[in-house]
Amino acid sequence: MAAMVTSTKTVTKKTVGSGGKLSGPNGNGSKRRDGFLEPDPRANRYRIGMWVALASILMMFTALSSAYVVRAASSNDWVPLTMPRVLLLSTALILISSITMAAARRKLRAGLESAYKQFLLATALLGFGFLFSQLFAWKQLTRQGVFLTSNPHSSFFYLLTATHGLHLLGGLLALLFLLARTGWQTEKASGIATRQAAADAVTIYWHFMDALWIYLFLLLFLWR
Amino acid sequence: MSVETHEAVHRHEPPKGFIRKYIFSLDHKVIGIQYIMLALAAVVVGMLMSLLMRLNLSWPGTNWPILGTLFPTGAPGGVMNPEFYLSLVTMHGTMMVFFVLTTAPQGGFGNYFLPIQIGAEDMAFPVLNMMSFWITFVGFVVLLSAIIFAGGWTPSTATVGPIGGWTGYAPLSALGQIAGPGQGMGMNLWIISIAIFCVGSLLGALNFITTLLNMRTRGMSLMRMPLTCWAWFTTAVLALLSFPVLLGGGILLLLDRLAGTSFFIPGGLYVNGLLSGVDARFPLHTGGSPILWQHLFWFFGHPEVYIAILPGMGATSHILATFARKPVFGYRAMVFAIFAIGLLGFFVWGHHMFISGMSPYSAVAFSILTLSIGVPSAVKTFNWLGTLWGARIRFTTPMLFALGFVSLFVAGGISGLLLGQSSLDLPLHDTYIVLGHFHLVMGVASIFGMFAATYFWFPKMFGRFMSESLGKVHFWITFVGVYCIFIPMHVMGLVGMPRRYSSFGEYEFLKSLHPLVLFVSIAAIITIAVQFVFYFNLFWSIFRGKKANDNPWEATTLEWNTTSPPPHDNFAGVIPTVYRGPYEFAVPGAPNDFMMQTDSGAEVTSGNGGNGHKH
Repeated sequence: MAAMVTSTKTVTKKTVGSGGKLSGPNGNGSKRRDGFLEPDPRANRYRIGMWVALASILMMFTALSSAYVVRAASSNDWVPLTMPRVLLLSTALILISSITMAAARRKLRAGLESAYKQFLLATALLGFGFLFSQLFAWKQLTRQGVFLTSNPHSSFFYLLTATHGLHLLGGLLALLFLLARTGWQTEKASGIATRQAAADAVTIYWHFMDALWIYLFLLLFLWR
Repeated sequence: MSVETHEAVHRHEPPKGFIRKYIFSLDHKVIGIQYIMLALAAVVVGMLMSLLMRLNLSWPGTNWPILGTLFPTGAPGGVMNPEFYLSLVTMHGTMMVFFVLTTAPQGGFGNYFLPIQIGAEDMAFPVLNMMSFWITFVGFVVLLSAIIFAGGWTPSTATVGPIGGWTGYAPLSALGQIAGPGQGMGMNLWIISIAIFCVGSLLGALNFITTLLNMRTRGMSLMRMPLTCWAWFTTAVLALLSFPVLLGGGILLLLDRLAGTSFFIPGGLYVNGLLSGVDARFPLHTGGSPILWQHLFWFFGHPEVYIAILPGMGATSHILATFARKPVFGYRAMVFAIFAIGLLGFFVWGHHMFISGMSPYSAVAFSILTLSIGVPSAVKTFNWLGTLWGARIRFTTPMLFALGFVSLFVAGGISGLLLGQSSLDLPLHDTYIVLGHFHLVMGVASIFGMFAATYFWFPKMFGRFMSESLGKVHFWITFVGVYCIFIPMHVMGLVGMPRRYSSFGEYEFLKSLHPLVLFVSIAAIITIAVQFVFYFNLFWSIFRGKKANDNPWEATTLEWNTTSPPPHDNFAGVIPTVYRGPYEFAVPGAPNDFMMQTDSGAEVTSGNGGNGHKH
């Protein structure tokens, strides 16, 4: 990634020796001999950046859900959908994918490269399965004559599933990126911390997308 | 100055090619300057639009031949028609709020100085940083295209964009072309531009927060950061949490317009002679809630005004301390006040909606929360005054603008106490007093903060000073000018002059105000004219200004530790170590009247905190 070209490359090199321990700035970092704290290994920025990004994604879905609640109460044209059965399959797929993702992360930590790769692949396949299952739900609904503009509940159903699906697609791209990286940099010691951080960030994101789907599922079919 | 001399072997050389160095640069300093250039371009467009509005208000019906040529349908015979005026109102607001007040303070100065002030070599994610600028730039281009393609895909001269105001209130913003000229393709492009802008700002905010949390140098604890960094950080948090809401609202609005949903469009609407569902041009809509758009918009919109002004507050604190040669009075209180303003900013959006028919109980709650923002604002103001108290002030141009910021912030903030009370807001809503209030406090005050920042950091950015004499001319005329423009607006508002009207000819009770309207316009023309002195000073000084050394203002923070301009990696491979707080001026027992953050000097007691300080 070109993101690594400019900044604190040297700092990372210096801190690799400190046992891969993660350090926060000026707080829980590793001590240098002169009593000052080593600047943070740059690997940590992926985790921090991911949490920050999730805060913003959470705000967007909060906004959309409050719109959902307000719109549901604002008129009598709200016709609740009957839940397409295939959504249960979606839910199961994404729940399992969270488990495989967590396993992948553990395998990388344990240094088991090939197991890591297999679990990543499983997660990606489950993720694609989820998206196809969602598309199938759309297809079922359109067959019943329920479209985006049919009524506010269907509008929100399509909107929320599409927005979630797009975010999940982003997660899938990240998974493919991790998979691609298993091919290179595996031998280099300096790559390990970065790869772990990247895997951590993707894991956090993936779990978040899982939880978000459960939340949306409950919102869409309990709050109606 | 006293840079710690570690071995300077870790230098990063800048990229060689022109494109990688100046266009798609990953260097936060280049990106910062790109943002500033974008704001400098956008502010000219916004300013010219305000000039046209003033011309129309003061000399209604006058023939401006050039306008007749440029906009044969918007200004037939050179006389602006009401829709043209409304589109000027809309685009002036959008241009200024998004592409000036959000880009220059945060994307511009924040990008340039946050990494340097915390001792980092660059932002945490340089590629995201580059993307955030270029996405914002695309948003700007799309907004310009909304000016040109207001009516459809053929260039239109009827308006210069949508006519619904920068708040894009539904349902008129959700209906499409039937709602008026500029509300068709112009409005689509407007929403798309704002959505693109949201994405760019989110990437920027993500970068700022991660950089500040993760990239601070040795010894740079949170409470040793300059107040500018606190301000940029809080601003980034506000942007991170508020822009997604606008983005969500924008998606709903676009779906209403393009896909035929009814999120914001109520049923049974009758618009411009068309009934919903009867005419093909106006498809059936039912049950949407226009108030929902207002909630989503203002949940973003209120934090947005703090996004505009917080960096100005940070820069002001920074500059006041430097030229008062005193520590910032009550540094911790200043930090908590910034946070308090940011936090409260999320719970007051309802004060923009007092006349929307909200429950009086919620109005009271919003009122109380709104007025409570006065507390941290007063903390800041009194601490600025405390910083100045008894100081031997160096009246440089940046200091004058920082003092101007304090003045404008107080003058504009006072009327906020009136407008924040629902009972007083009901009659004052949508009158010129609102215009006077927010222009002083979020518009002009923020811009003064940025002028102060420009004059202050220019020597660091370009290694040369801006002309002090031109700067003082610029300051005094602008300072007097903006008061002459916006204080009379308070009077107009109290008389009952409504906002956004293109002419007041038919209102007998407003006739007596016309001399005041003329006065405001003349003040505006003079103030606008003097801004070109600033532009001249800026570009002339880049090449011809007096040479500046590394620390020309005798300031204390890390940006003054490096060369002017800083090298590609900010500190030439020597990572600075921080030993003390950011504003250690006039420290008892110190050899100079200032101690830089990198001065180890352990024998000298810390001077920050401000209380009981001797002069």
